[in-house]
Amino acid sequence: MAIDTLTTRTETGTWRVKAGLAQMLKGGVIMDVVTADQAMIAENAGAVAVMALERVPADIRKAGGVARMSDPSKVAEIVEAVTIPVMAKARIGHFVEAQVLEALGVDYVDESEVLTPADENNHINKHDFKVPFVCGARDLGEALRRIGEGAAMIRTKGEAGSGNIVEAVRHARRVLGEIRRIRNMGDDELMATARDLRAPYELVKDVQENGSLPVVNFAAGGVSTPADAALMMQLGVDGIFVGSGIFKSANPDRMADAIVKATTHYQDPSILADVSKGLGDAMPGLNVADMPESERLATRGW
Amino acid sequence: MTTVGVLAIQGDFAEHRKTLERLGVHVREIRMPHQLDDIEGLIIPGGESTTIVQLIDIYEMRERLRERILRDRMPTWGTCAGMIVMAGYLSDHRPQPLRLMDTRVSRNAFGRQVDSFETELEVSGMDGPPYCAVFIRAPVFESVGESVEVLASLDDGRPVAVRQGHMLATSFHPELTDDDRMHRLFVDMVERRA
Repeated sequence: MAIDTLTTRTETGTWRVKAGLAQMLKGGVIMDVVTADQAMIAENAGAVAVMALERVPADIRKAGGVARMSDPSKVAEIVEAVTIPVMAKARIGHFVEAQVLEALGVDYVDESEVLTPADENNHINKHDFKVPFVCGARDLGEALRRIGEGAAMIRTKGEAGSGNIVEAVRHARRVLGEIRRIRNMGDDELMATARDLRAPYELVKDVQENGSLPVVNFAAGGVSTPADAALMMQLGVDGIFVGSGIFKSANPDRMADAIVKATTHYQDPSILADVSKGLGDAMPGLNVADMPESERLATRGW
Repeated sequence: MTTVGVLAIQGDFAEHRKTLERLGVHVREIRMPHQLDDIEGLIIPGGESTTIVQLIDIYEMRERLRERILRDRMPTWGTCAGMIVMAGYLSDHRPQPLRLMDTRVSRNAFGRQVDSFETELEVSGMDGPPYCAVFIRAPVFESVGESVEVLASLDDGRPVAVRQGHMLATSFHPELTDDDRMHRLFVDMVERRA
């Protein structure tokens, strides 16, 4: 039944319902899936949401060329298959892809550097949408710029499709370290800090007052083992995106299961040891330091 | 001091924790069955119901939860996903709820995320202005048994907050607003029993 049958003042697409959905995902794992079958494996393993894609980032990397929004029929098939929320990716700045995804009924849009950017200067004005957005960030300034544009959830960029956690760690440490620094600042230092971070002053002030980002903050880009997931949780993120790490591993069902458990029990090394046993090979990894700048996805967007 | 547990296997348990602590309640995060033993009340938070139920079974908490809540009559409150977990029946038969309450619940009853909304509710027994309720991919009660008291309904008559003895369930998320009246109501239920 539609909510327009209600007569009391009722509002959809408010900041509270957009940021609120991300709060419901906390402590959970969001998995990249390319088919309805994979979506069901993810749901059965206890994923809190799936990211519907045509190709996982490792394959996007291999294929090269221009990576765009997935075929809507693919997204619709996955929306039909599961009852957990479904996310999908739009290119940076491509607000029409985002409009299409909103019309398809996806629950979250990821304005993602994994796809080829459509606009090198501007990100999507996310306030214009009822569907909430998640965006990647490498540091606090970038996170606050995205929130200023209306992002209701932040994730680290990491280096998608690399199977290497090093960039996600770098980005999470930077964001969380900058938050700690600002929390201890006097009010008179905030404007200069906003200038240095190239971030909206009001949001810098909010970080100082609350000691955290105003939205939920997940790790993404390189998580490929249960220990990687627990590492990111111990560093202080609210949850985990796993891209290629599950369906590019030797045993996706077990890997999915193990990463979910590791994310709940990230503080319990004996459970982590248990779930990490006999998973077979994790996805093959890439050495990010050897990667030419042009192949790094994290440098897309600003 | 009263100790209330918050089921912390997934979801917005930290928001419940913050509100309870503001009210001076001692809070314990519950991740394992044995942690249910010495708490006086329990909140099952918002989150993804499919995930929470999966994890309850993976961590073998189902039986202990039913014992503590049904046999020991420990006051328990479910918000959104928590209300699904506590339901007697679900209209779509998955996941398998804990069958604690005499309720039939339908999940995602308002559509997808773009249909999530805020509205004002009159809650029976609550003083002051209307209650601002946040519904996120929210469930609704399709029907409730005779022993279940309806505390609030939408304009179209569908119940969204109910109480059955020592159990409370809401479709919406009091933990996402600064209004702590629902939390006070629950803490009062816990303290009257303790």
